[in-house]
Amino acid sequence: MKKILALVLAACLALAVCSALAEDVTLKIAHIGPQTGGAAVYGLATYRGAKIAAEEITAADNGITIELLNEDDTHDAEKAVNAYNNVMEQGAQMIVGTATTAPCIAVGAKAFEERVFMLTPSASSTDVTADKDNVYQVCFTDPNQGSASAAVIKEKKLGTKIAVIYNNADAYSTGIYQTFVAKAAELGLEIVSTTTFTDDTTDFSVQVADAQSKGADLVFLPIYYTPASQILIAANSIGYKPLFFGVDGMDGILTLEGFDTALAEGVMLLTPFVADAKDDLTVKFVTKYKELYNEVPNQFAADGYDCVYALVEAAKLAEAKTGEPAEELCDRLIAAMQQITVAGLTGTMTWSANGEVEKIPTAMVIRDGAYVGLDN
Amino acid sequence: MEFLSYLVNGISLGSIYAIIALGYTMVYGIAKMLNFAHGDVIMVGAYIIFCAAQYWNLPPLLSLLLAMLVCTLLGITIEKLAYKPLRQATSLAVLITAIGMSYLLQNTALLIWGANPKVFPSLFDLGTISLFGGRLSVKGETLVTIAANIVIMVGLTLFTSRSRMGKAMRCVSEDRGAAELMGINVNTTISMTFAIGSALAAIAGLLLCSTYPVLQPTTGAMPGIKAFTAAVFGGIGSIPGAMLGGVLLGIIEILGKAYISTELGDAIVFAVLIIVLLVRPTGLLGKAVREKV
Repeated sequence: MKKILALVLAACLALAVCSALAEDVTLKIAHIGPQTGGAAVYGLATYRGAKIAAEEITAADNGITIELLNEDDTHDAEKAVNAYNNVMEQGAQMIVGTATTAPCIAVGAKAFEERVFMLTPSASSTDVTADKDNVYQVCFTDPNQGSASAAVIKEKKLGTKIAVIYNNADAYSTGIYQTFVAKAAELGLEIVSTTTFTDDTTDFSVQVADAQSKGADLVFLPIYYTPASQILIAANSIGYKPLFFGVDGMDGILTLEGFDTALAEGVMLLTPFVADAKDDLTVKFVTKYKELYNEVPNQFAADGYDCVYALVEAAKLAEAKTGEPAEELCDRLIAAMQQITVAGLTGTMTWSANGEVEKIPTAMVIRDGAYVGLDN
Repeated sequence: MEFLSYLVNGISLGSIYAIIALGYTMVYGIAKMLNFAHGDVIMVGAYIIFCAAQYWNLPPLLSLLLAMLVCTLLGITIEKLAYKPLRQATSLAVLITAIGMSYLLQNTALLIWGANPKVFPSLFDLGTISLFGGRLSVKGETLVTIAANIVIMVGLTLFTSRSRMGKAMRCVSEDRGAAELMGINVNTTISMTFAIGSALAAIAGLLLCSTYPVLQPTTGAMPGIKAFTAAVFGGIGSIPGAMLGGVLLGIIEILGKAYISTELGDAIVFAVLIIVLLVRPTGLLGKAVREKV
């Protein structure tokens, strides 16, 4: 009896050694993002994207298993810190998140102290990465988008008199607005009208009327697609037809249920991900996403997907081990992030030491209800 | 001309606030409670209309009637489940319950309809009336909203002053205990108030989303708060006051944004409210009730 037990034990041990030799690792990655409340659309998308990536990597059978934890932060800084504490108690080794800026700043500060590596899919403010060596971004930073937009408008001669409507209650929108204005001044673009709104605004008639009365021929909208759709409707109702130029937050306007996409005709935007693109990676991802969730993925879903791949790439280089505590892994992941190159859904990415991503934004225009490259 | 066009927009926004404020003031006037979930009943009504029109292809009028029915049932259910057991409790307890109910409705809507906003279909195309050679345009929706406001205001005033049930409501409002002694069924009366208030919410949902067509689970929240402000501004409990308060609030908001600053739009609205309440604590048309000592 004892012999058998010994044999079994030995066999178990051998198996354990074998698997260690084949370097099978299980990575515990935690996703944090708003999945209920007003910003739920972003956290749900990043989670779903991350989940698809995690399942793909696990199914690929190359020795890496991903255990994806998930917590809802309802776009609230305090709840996000609680969510962070929860996943750390469950043994998370690295974090995908948080999806939105304000919670990400709060969680980032805590993770910096406790040495936990974070890669955010979509919190784009520079405040997210500022003074923290452990937080990296997959999305563009806001300054990057603002100055890139101004550069495109100047280069393509899209407008001479520019109006800006932005959300002054939102760090994302204000961030882009500020760098846009700085770059526009540098390039000699004339801004004739600047108006604001907040998350609670229902009426956009004043903002649109101001742009119209000042004769703006281009309206820059560094905002999310929901208010953007209201602005397009308001402009249409007074017969104002300037060129509208948006940033990555504009993505999603075509899938807005019930929205007359004819109103978005000719709208331009800078975005790293387009669901209609024909490359294999995008087609595969979009098909899978539609099959699972019955909707077209937006750029946030793509960011979540890229996040997991980037983390796995970095973890491989850093030789992360199963069950290794986050604080031991953190510094190696930071070093690895600066060396890897990831070709993802949102472009080919490399990272600089301050945590910002480098990839190329593309200008798109909406024609016949679909995105096409501005240069085509 | 610019001023006139801003004024028209202000009236348009204000008439939406007014119609929501009518629901607030109706419930407050009779049940003496602030139903903070009113804004969210509007949101539910708008979603029902959206589903009826978009998915089941029902005609607009039928969609509205369906939404009114659902909202009425919802209003009565909320009252029965959440507020009735608290009839004897402090008004603070009822207030907190109402806020809780508001979150419950928002998050239930999030579960059912998802977080993605939906654009409300234009159910009736009323066109736009152009004046002064096209320099001023008034949307058909605005005129309908104003007309609906007046009809509802007159209807409610007549109902509360003439009908048997309306008289019972006024009695309950004045002295609940005495009304009960006189043989008035207080519970039925309050339920009826909620039923009417919630049916109005469905109409408000239609008008709100026809003018500002983006629908999401939080759609009712801010207009609800603004309408509550409007009701206080006009004198809470007063039916014409709610209408006046709503329209004035809309005009102040739009003109403040247009001529002072878009950033300070909401601050101006609430600053005006504070000033009015300092000068006239009962609101514009509110009656001062002397407490007997």
